Amino acid sequence: MNHSANTAENLFTPPPLAARDLSMTHGRRPVISALNLELPPGKVTAIVGPNGCGKSTLLNGLARVHAPASGAVLLDGKNIHSLPSREVARQLALLPQDNSAPEGLTVADLIRFGRQPHQGFLRRWTEQDQAILEQAILSADLAGLADRPLDTLSGGQRQRAWIAMSIAQQTPLLLLDEPTSALDLGHQIEVFELIRDLARQGKTVAMVVHDLVSASRYADHLIAMVDGQIIAQGAPSEILEPALIHQLYGVHCEIYRDPADGTPVLVNLRKCL
Amino acid sequence: MNDHAVANPLASSALVPPLTVAVFFVVAAVFASLLWGAGPIGPADALKALIGQGSEEARFVIMELRLPRTAIAVVTGLALAVAGALLQALTRNPLAEPGLLGVSGGSAFAVTLAVMLGASSATLTTVVAQVGALAGCSLVMLATRSRGLATDPVRLVLAGATVTGLLLSLTSVLMLADQRAADEIRFWITGSIAGTPFSHLKAVLPSLAVAGVLVVMVAAPLAAMSLGERAALGLGHKPGRIRLLVLVAVALLVGGATALAGPLVFAGLVVPFIARAIGGPDIRKTLWLCLPIGPTLLLVADTLARIIGAPAELPLGVITALLGAPVLLYIVRSGRMPTL
Repeated sequence: MNHSANTAENLFTPPPLAARDLSMTHGRRPVISALNLELPPGKVTAIVGPNGCGKSTLLNGLARVHAPASGAVLLDGKNIHSLPSREVARQLALLPQDNSAPEGLTVADLIRFGRQPHQGFLRRWTEQDQAILEQAILSADLAGLADRPLDTLSGGQRQRAWIAMSIAQQTPLLLLDEPTSALDLGHQIEVFELIRDLARQGKTVAMVVHDLVSASRYADHLIAMVDGQIIAQGAPSEILEPALIHQLYGVHCEIYRDPADGTPVLVNLRKCL
Repeated sequence: MNDHAVANPLASSALVPPLTVAVFFVVAAVFASLLWGAGPIGPADALKALIGQGSEEARFVIMELRLPRTAIAVVTGLALAVAGALLQALTRNPLAEPGLLGVSGGSAFAVTLAVMLGASSATLTTVVAQVGALAGCSLVMLATRSRGLATDPVRLVLAGATVTGLLLSLTSVLMLADQRAADEIRFWITGSIAGTPFSHLKAVLPSLAVAGVLVVMVAAPLAAMSLGERAALGLGHKPGRIRLLVLVAVALLVGGATALAGPLVFAGLVVPFIARAIGGPDIRKTLWLCLPIGPTLLLVADTLARIIGAPAELPLGVITALLGAPVLLYIVRSGRMPTL
């Protein structure tokens, strides 16, 4: 089977990823109930909401990390839990929040793992794998760092290396759980711009983002969640209103437009009295 | 270096030089084990016996005693080294060692119980040892789920040492209660391959072969699990199933090794430690390197056990402990525990 032809085709038309009446629980506690959603193909979707609203749970559900209590996640119309995990991994890459690497693992070592879903039992590393590895290193702007251990890199470089692993996975879909949570501003921008690049190449991206301002700057599509429900979704410039911010975080604010690109900017934030 | 040049991985030849050196050491250790013993047959006589010359007595000692014993040391070393590497990868704890964590202890206790109840066949002993090891393994995995033990490598080892101590005390109690069983296992329980009959090796080999197949199956997914369970799942692996397969493989290996050599401590710690120092953190490289280093360590230890106190013999377990304890102290005292 020729995976490269397969994947190239998929990159142009990503298979749709959708949630149908999806309910998820933490133990017995319901976190998400009867949620419906479809990720817009080839776009960056940001899932936002207050702590505990279920946004990470939703992402983990979409990535088949946790099974739904009821309803289903559909990848290309098929229940994701009925598909072989390896097959899903060729369509959908996941960058979890709790990732960690053993001491001394190099950037190239990490990125090589991205080829695992494409490698059969005992299949050796091929020229093609090597070419994809080198391409992933270039795409994530890691040239020159390939042989550096991850623990010697900056937070932004490290996160780009993890994203490069998902690039090597050559999936049309990419899910990221708070990809910038531990990064300073410069590194956040580094990572978000890489994510934008990937969407430009045709990937469908969904990410949980803590910071609403970055979410609205770098996402094409916002999904706003409260109490396990989607309360609004759409282009950031269209749905971000003071009323929505109030509903999400219980704060008052005014919204200005960034004169450069029209991105909504929250100002004069204050607590409700 | 050109920015585009990225070294080719595992499939390439990076491991060939260290493996070649290590294989050379195994061969040297095999010869040492054949040539030196506690008895009066020296290296010169042993060499002659190996090529079919020399006295009848020398040929008997070499072919019927030292050769099987050498084979048993090779297999035991291999099994314990691989089991240690697997358990360390699974618990992500560089100190997780079957002997220290009570897996070997559980296995030895089960065997003692079985011998008391009248079991005598090698096959049965092996199965019992493996079931005991599986129980010990499961206990370890349960412990790693509990708070405090999961995040602190040293505390897990302390808990394991407690369990090991308890199991060995219980074993001693059993031995007090049954003189016949005690005589049968007295030397074995301290860790020794001096009296292990060749038939035991034959009984153990099939299950070790099964473990070998499991190891080949889980090596790549286990390497991915070092990136975190979710990352491994994202790469298409099934962490729950991998954990189970690794656990079974460890139980088969440790149970097999314990059936042959008794509860040996530290072999599963020292060998993967050396392998990681040479090959880096990837479990696949560690496993490859364990294949020659494990047998080398056990052969050297067993040869030393024979010649240090000749004509008497020290238990093999004493030597592995002497070699292993400093390594444990070194890792614990090296300030920062390496994360796996």
